[in-house]
Amino acid sequence: MWSLVVRRLLLAVPTLLGASLIVFAMVKLAPGDPISILMPPDAGKAEIEAVKEALGLDRPLPVQYLKWLERAVVHGDLGRSIATRRPVVHDVFDALRHSVALAVASSLLALVPGLMLGTLAAFHRGTLVDKIVSAVAITGVSVPHYWAGIILIIVFSVRLGWLPAMGGPAEPGIGAYVHHMLLPAVALALIPLGVITRVVRAAVLEVLAQEFVLTLRMKGLYMGALVRHVLKNSSPQILTVMGLQFGFALGGSVLVETVFSWPGTGYLLNIAIFQRDMPLLQGIILVLSTAFVLLNLAVDVLQGLIDPRIVRS
Amino acid sequence: MRSTAVVVFFVAVLLALPASAAAQGGTLRIGMTASDIPYTGGQADNGFEGLRFVGYQIYEPLINWDLTSSDRLATPTPGLAESWSVNKANPTLWTFKLRRNVQFHDGSPFNADAVVFTFESVKNKDAPQFDRVGASNTGFRLSLLKGVRKVDDYTVEFESVKPSSFVPYQLLYLMMVSPANWAKTGKDWRKYAESPSGTGPFRVTKFVPRERLELEANRAYWNPKRQPKIDKLVLLPMPEPTTRLAALRSGQVDWVEVPPPDAITALRSQGFQIVTGPYPHNWGHTLRLDKAPWDNKLLRKAANYAIDRVGICKNLLSDTCVPGTGVAYKGHPWFGNPKETYEYNPEKARALIKQAGYGDGRRPPRAVHLISTSGSGQMLPLAMNELVQKNLRDVGLDVDVQPVEWNTLLTRWRAGFHTPENEGLNGWNISLAFPDPSSAFQRFFHSKSVVPVSVNTMPYINPEADATIEAAEKTFDTREQDRLLGKLHEIIVDDAPWIFIVHDLNPRAMSTKVKGFVQPQSWFVDLTLVSLGK
Repeated sequence: MWSLVVRRLLLAVPTLLGASLIVFAMVKLAPGDPISILMPPDAGKAEIEAVKEALGLDRPLPVQYLKWLERAVVHGDLGRSIATRRPVVHDVFDALRHSVALAVASSLLALVPGLMLGTLAAFHRGTLVDKIVSAVAITGVSVPHYWAGIILIIVFSVRLGWLPAMGGPAEPGIGAYVHHMLLPAVALALIPLGVITRVVRAAVLEVLAQEFVLTLRMKGLYMGALVRHVLKNSSPQILTVMGLQFGFALGGSVLVETVFSWPGTGYLLNIAIFQRDMPLLQGIILVLSTAFVLLNLAVDVLQGLIDPRIVRS
Repeated sequence: MRSTAVVVFFVAVLLALPASAAAQGGTLRIGMTASDIPYTGGQADNGFEGLRFVGYQIYEPLINWDLTSSDRLATPTPGLAESWSVNKANPTLWTFKLRRNVQFHDGSPFNADAVVFTFESVKNKDAPQFDRVGASNTGFRLSLLKGVRKVDDYTVEFESVKPSSFVPYQLLYLMMVSPANWAKTGKDWRKYAESPSGTGPFRVTKFVPRERLELEANRAYWNPKRQPKIDKLVLLPMPEPTTRLAALRSGQVDWVEVPPPDAITALRSQGFQIVTGPYPHNWGHTLRLDKAPWDNKLLRKAANYAIDRVGICKNLLSDTCVPGTGVAYKGHPWFGNPKETYEYNPEKARALIKQAGYGDGRRPPRAVHLISTSGSGQMLPLAMNELVQKNLRDVGLDVDVQPVEWNTLLTRWRAGFHTPENEGLNGWNISLAFPDPSSAFQRFFHSKSVVPVSVNTMPYINPEADATIEAAEKTFDTREQDRLLGKLHEIIVDDAPWIFIVHDLNPRAMSTKVKGFVQPQSWFVDLTLVSLGK
């Protein structure tokens, strides 16, 4: 088990290097530069050059990348945002806090009903219940979540006035936090809900077709115990999907976070891209890819704990 | 009986007290279009929106804008300087008499040392208090200024690089910062920005990056005429128009900047106030003058007569813009009396094209214009440009529009037409501000401003225009300067180096609680006029 962890952690290094290099190249290849946003249209040539020099943007690209890498690796310093001059580490971790909270909430909102619905559908395969669940799942997967977000805002904030339309809470406290997070969490949970429902249904059906289930049934095991056995046997598949969905929620919620002005990494990423804020963008991607790698590792380790056959193979 | 009357009287007074207290004060919450809180360390970023809500509320320049009227262009008015004058014998020297008994929010006094400190923080790279962020935000707006000298505690003398009457306009953008607060915050501008101190009517109480900035009325503010009527001001960045709209409708904010035009009719019918008014904003196409088709003045004029500006404003933008027939709008002091008034006249456009040697099946060469998909001040670029393109095609002018992202458009525009990627272009659609003579005319229409020095991209070269701009800069008499700039505007309108299209009306949507707001002819606003009702 431990050798697996060490091996995977070592493999993470080239993965992260590759990700940072690709992001750097993509941003530099895309037209536009941070100066255009930083300096108003009436700024003169001389002033623009001075700012470029001060930010190190006048140096050749490989030099810029290596400088960044050196600072990040040797000093653990991700630099400062070009637009705000605030330390990137500070901004990214501050945003990550909000995104993790949102990802956990939306994953819970997706996992619990997803598990229930998927199992229900599998046990009632081909019936009306199955069809309804499938319809729900397909809707979840197909509805664009930013659109769902806007609809949720219109219904729950504008019409009913129950929940805030945007932003993080102004005052501290869990209650206010959840109050603000509920709508974005629901919007973000729709897709994973659909995916998880379908995967659970398929996984449970697969297990149900196995002979040991027939044995259990013949033994006259009551339904609850049967479900438990079946779920445990289908959990590796479900866990993999959950991990992936959590990872997506962590970094891929750009649209939902922007619609709700939720101060997480997705929103920050959106700002960084439009401002071509290279250090900020690199910082976010680095932290998010690290989170993704660790998450996958955690899922693998967890799978091994649940089903020892996976480690052995 | 008498005691009953007394009791009734007291109850009435008690009931009335909280009611009148509630009418005053309150918290005004504004949804901005910026994606982050503008820089709070003095010299704000995020363009004019940053100056509008952070710069001019927390801080003040020596010369301020008079934003109390919507009937005339906002003009410079005494701010932290009580008066200023140019030296007659040597017009590169300007004497500023400073206001006495003004305190920064940290309690330290405002004086000549603060002015010198502030100037050096933006213009002197070697000064210990040099603020790199502030310098990049404001330094270029002070291009005419060379240095400043303390004469006595309440007098300073600025020196300019050349005699220029545009000097006072530049000082409108230099926000005075507190030397004492800088020392107190560890001589670190980032920390200064987290607990800022200016002399303005509002002071910061809470700063959460990317989320909110909370301010309260500065009850020690020096100007009794500009005491804030509200108690608190909360600024929220909301770059998404739909988010701003939802926040306003759900009552999370009282005021949003730039509501989407297609929502304006609905907002009005739901009882929200829509505030609009002209200000120095211009939306048009800047043309390339050294290449066909736009090297031909007749074709340029034809293009200007082909555009249905009223239709664009009425049908597409719910009356949030007015037709633009020049750089400035009618009623603006620099509008002058142009010979041409570019109304929608397709017949005249066709006649001009014919006069240029085309028509009867021969169409002028196809032009390619770069436009943006969105962006600050760009209004609804895609829909508006589709109409512009159709209008032009109807009279026989073929223009392909190439949409790119806003940041890309700005970068390519700055580089000018003579780069490999821009070589195939004949124009760009970029919205521009013209709050002062230099930004309105000098940077676009003077031959010395040709790219890369500044942003005369066309390039527009006209010795008569050059001479008029220079004469206006040398005149220290405002009336005469306005007259000369009006004459310059007449020349430019006649040359038609742009397709003049519309002026934005800067729409804002507010709840009915917001009272007393005046929409000035400016990019900035005076929030001390605003009060909150029920």
